[in-house]
Amino acid sequence: MEPQLIKGNEAVVKAALLAGCRAYYGYPITPASEIVEMAALYLPEVGGVFVQAESEVAAINMLYGGASAGVRAMTASSGPGISLMQEGFSYLAGAELPCVIVDMMRGGPGLGGIGPEQGDYFQIVKGGGHGCYRNLVLAPASVQELVDLTMLAFELADRYRNPVVVLADGSVGQMMEPVSFPEPRPVPAAPAWAVTGTAATRQNLVSSIHLEPDVLEGHIRALEAKYREAERSEPRWETWRVEDADIVLVGYGIVGRVLRAVVETARRRGIRAGLLRPITLYPFPTRAIRALADSVRDFVVVEMSTGQLVEDVRLAVEGSRPVETYGRVGGNIPTVEEVLQFVERTILVGARVPLEVSPNGQ
Amino acid sequence: MASDTPAMAVVHGRSPIFYRRFDRKDDDQHQTHYCPGCGHGIVTKLLAEAIDTLGIQDRTILVSPVGCSVFGYEYLDVGNIQVAHGRGPAVATAVKRSRPDSIVVSYQGDGDLAAIGTAEIVHAANRGETVSVIFVNNAIYGMTGGQMAPTTLLGEKTTTTPRGRDPAVHGYPLKVCELLATLEAPVFLERVALGSNKQIMATGRALRRALENQVHGLGFSLVEVLSPCPTIWGLDPAEAQTFVRETMTRTFPLGNFRDRSASAVPQRLAVTVPDLGELPRILGLGPASGVDGASDTVAPASPVPTADHRIVVAGFGGQGVLLLGEFLAEAGLSAGYHVSWLPSYGPQMRSGTSNCHVRISAVPIDSPVVSRPNVLIALNEPALRKFLPSMEPGGLVLYNADSVPVDCAGSGAGITPIASTAIADRLGSAKVGNVVMLGALLEATGMLPDSALERALHRLVTRERWYELDRAALQAGRAAVRRMTAAPAEPSLAQDPAMG
Repeated sequence: MEPQLIKGNEAVVKAALLAGCRAYYGYPITPASEIVEMAALYLPEVGGVFVQAESEVAAINMLYGGASAGVRAMTASSGPGISLMQEGFSYLAGAELPCVIVDMMRGGPGLGGIGPEQGDYFQIVKGGGHGCYRNLVLAPASVQELVDLTMLAFELADRYRNPVVVLADGSVGQMMEPVSFPEPRPVPAAPAWAVTGTAATRQNLVSSIHLEPDVLEGHIRALEAKYREAERSEPRWETWRVEDADIVLVGYGIVGRVLRAVVETARRRGIRAGLLRPITLYPFPTRAIRALADSVRDFVVVEMSTGQLVEDVRLAVEGSRPVETYGRVGGNIPTVEEVLQFVERTILVGARVPLEVSPNGQ
Repeated sequence: MASDTPAMAVVHGRSPIFYRRFDRKDDDQHQTHYCPGCGHGIVTKLLAEAIDTLGIQDRTILVSPVGCSVFGYEYLDVGNIQVAHGRGPAVATAVKRSRPDSIVVSYQGDGDLAAIGTAEIVHAANRGETVSVIFVNNAIYGMTGGQMAPTTLLGEKTTTTPRGRDPAVHGYPLKVCELLATLEAPVFLERVALGSNKQIMATGRALRRALENQVHGLGFSLVEVLSPCPTIWGLDPAEAQTFVRETMTRTFPLGNFRDRSASAVPQRLAVTVPDLGELPRILGLGPASGVDGASDTVAPASPVPTADHRIVVAGFGGQGVLLLGEFLAEAGLSAGYHVSWLPSYGPQMRSGTSNCHVRISAVPIDSPVVSRPNVLIALNEPALRKFLPSMEPGGLVLYNADSVPVDCAGSGAGITPIASTAIADRLGSAKVGNVVMLGALLEATGMLPDSALERALHRLVTRERWYELDRAALQAGRAAVRRMTAAPAEPSLAQDPAMG
């Protein structure tokens, strides 16, 4: 459809409905509140369910209920609310329920601030709930990609019977950009395992409890096999001018866009820079980064946190190349100028100073 | 004498709602996991009988909690969902809303419902969800081995009240029916007990009522069942039943706390499901249309291939800062450019400062963040002072005032004072000061064709009155710049910014 200027938080709801989502449960929080407002506006219009939950704890458990009943369902929040939802993430993954959760990240810890940050990486990408489970995690960098990945999220959730998180910083939800929406997709029939209150589904059971150790181990191994399959099939990333790059910048979401400008400016100054922007954070594009390590001299990870994504990049590089890290937090988005300055100072000037340890440990 | 023996009716037959064998159990598949004398077995059986009587087996979905009744799904041959501790009412809410023909039963204990799940039960009840809740109150945490429950009686010893429940330390037993009876929405609230055969029969009737109400779509029903836990209480089953009957009921009086079954009207909302093809229209996909329904596209003017406008608009909340940015982005899109609009957001929307970053570019936009603006529209002095240092040399600054502060004048950027608020006031509303600035910007730079601005106004302004005022404001802003160009005695005149 013809491009229209639209705010990310509004576009995400429309994308979900086009993808066949017909239930939304949520609790307001800045900078994600427009999502719950848009859901309240549109879900009833398409014959769907909207519930303003009493808390994020209730919202994520409503999501568990909607998914159990075989409905494409979603919720959205930001850091503090996502923390409250962690119980539900674990149950949803344990019970193998497909669903979509949008996290428009803000500054933390605690109440933190409301500006954009990427500090939820650990709790979303690494887990945050109990037990051996993973979320599939998609990281959009634009409003168009927010739309595209939200629609993909519902497909992946069904394919893997697992929660899928669309992880963006608050600025992606708050900004307006032109979006071309795709045609609506039919609402899929309830999957055969769902509990829908019919004779055909009467003997279905949705549960995450397995008290027998061998049975539970079997269940966990089955989940693990799904994650291995996702690691083989689902990593997505974007590269830009990496073919001859000496330095590859790695960043996701809004930072990935800043880094693209950094690459262009650096190239004009004679620095052969390139960009790798992970689009899936789990599964992580480990092999793509490992492959670059063969030809690249240095990696620079830039993120809106004090160093979370960088751990996955270091694991991917396996110590074969230096991985430097630059972060801004608290609601600040790194600027092209400051990243460029970091790249030039740290990498080019060779000011990679060995760690100084003072005798008194300070 | 055999003919004198009355025919013995089998009253303890097994309900067909039970699985014939409990295959979901790991062992002892012929019996439940409940202790001898436990009330859960009785309640489960009464529930099964009620489901059977009402003929709703296929439609029933049992939501099992965490606690002793966690394994409800092992016994009842109905749809089963096992959920997190205390969250049954939230799960039940979602299931019922999406599957309104189902009969959803949330089966919960006192820790589950009255402690960890207090918020979920209160709000499901307050929303009047059409679900049936069975609340088994045995005043103790059974599954975890006998800790205090919110319903533990005063003086009662538990593993976490080893000296007995002391109200000064532990508070008082929580009375769920009384609590929920303060809400408007519930249709049926009743406390029953398992303290005698007569009480058990009353429990059966209450459970049936709770399900029946849901079959009729009447709203929220809850049955609280005072139930024995002989194992944890350290009593034999008969003593435990006596304790329920004679002791528990003193704290938790039996009776009906709400019955609006006769007057309640079915809650079922009419849901219309539109055709899939209707979705784009319902969701307003495609360009927004304001007055004149001007979403029809006019052939875009050919964009300037080197255009790279990096604009910051800043001022007080309420000055239309964000809308001014939106006008620019919308007009940029109409003119065939790549655009982005990134606001500051949060409490500052209601007071204090507000700003937005707009990019209008001939090539795809790398970052929506404008850290080095070549256009600044400062609607107040703090905004001018805040963003002036980040300006690209040679950039254009439009400043909402009669004159430029002396210490800012030599900043390198050309600062043009446009008293936009005052001009707007004269037009009839200070609210269109942002559009005055927009007119000034277009006059000073020619960055976007008139036709694109026209379309943006059409799309974003939904009321005729404002549309006319905005058009006047646009012209007034243009005229203000023309006046300054004609009389270059003003302190600092816009240099034509080298944009692009």
